Amino acid sequence: MKPPTPQIPAPVWSEFKDLQEWEKLHQERPEGDKASGLVESLFDTIEHFPGGWLAVTSTEKLFNWARKSSIWPVTFGLACCAIEMMATFASRFDVERFGMVTWASPRHSDLMIVSGTVTIKMAPMLKRIYDQMPDPKWVISMGSCANSGGPFRHGYHVVKGVDRVVPVDVYVPGCPPTPESLMFGILKLQDQVAAFQKTGNRAQPSTKSD
Amino acid sequence: MTPDRAISLIQERFGLQAAGEGRSLTVEPIPAERWVEFFDFAKETLGCRFFSFLTAVDWKEQGLEVVCRVENLEAGVGILAKTRLGAEARCPSLTGLYRGADWMEREGYDMFGVRFEGHPDLRRILLSQDWEGYPLRKDYAVDTPHAPYR
Repeated sequence: MKPPTPQIPAPVWSEFKDLQEWEKLHQERPEGDKASGLVESLFDTIEHFPGGWLAVTSTEKLFNWARKSSIWPVTFGLACCAIEMMATFASRFDVERFGMVTWASPRHSDLMIVSGTVTIKMAPMLKRIYDQMPDPKWVISMGSCANSGGPFRHGYHVVKGVDRVVPVDVYVPGCPPTPESLMFGILKLQDQVAAFQKTGNRAQPSTKSD
Repeated sequence: MTPDRAISLIQERFGLQAAGEGRSLTVEPIPAERWVEFFDFAKETLGCRFFSFLTAVDWKEQGLEVVCRVENLEAGVGILAKTRLGAEARCPSLTGLYRGADWMEREGYDMFGVRFEGHPDLRRILLSQDWEGYPLRKDYAVDTPHAPYR
């Protein structure tokens, strides 16, 4: 296996002005450099010595890379946002390329996408499903209703934001959010998961009770 | 049975005015003690065997009003009847006449606090059993605090 060349920084999209420049650079660069993005995300340093190379990583980084590449969301659709969520899971948008497999059991899942209005009667069931998920676990609050109660905020039966029941990591705005919005939220969550630390501060449920 | 015949029969039996035409006859408010008698008459004599809906209206200081609609589907006659309740919000139950009234009256109890007397199983149907207050009443304030989530 050809060693990667760590002297050249990995190409990042924002560094290029347009697609032509990207193509030009790719033609100029050596063949072995194409994997450098993955290599950099996995390894802390790469030591070269005559006759070989040595990659150094931390288990945390490796585990986080594995975690963020296989986030399994529990299927938890509550309202019209669930339609957009299903569209995101289906073939046109296809979140399976992010390693996401929708799973119908909370006990095998890492992520709960709260897609829709959470009523006061539903809140205990939502909490129960969340409690059944194994740690580490994440929550995406999808749509205005789950974020804040949305148009039903002043109704008698609606929880004013799902963060009063479970801790929320990513809020996706919209009524309902488009599949693109949800996918952006999922990518944001992957960034969070990549920096996950067991002892670090995680999202906490809100203490508001009105 | 025609709408005109229904109007004259109601006038004859109860002395109540009914107005409207065809499927939408509206009867003037019925005293609560004749509520069941009226619907027994509507079912047996006028042939209104289809129970369409039952709900309530909060008229603030004038009290609650229970509204009910039954239909004779063969003849195309529909009757909308209502009754005003006192301060205690007690109303006779129609479950003895119409099976469909069961859940409708439970919902009326759930949302408006109407006590349907004679109902076999009068408890909350949509809200949780430990809910306090009746949310569709006008004096139920917006953003009333509720119990914490379990």
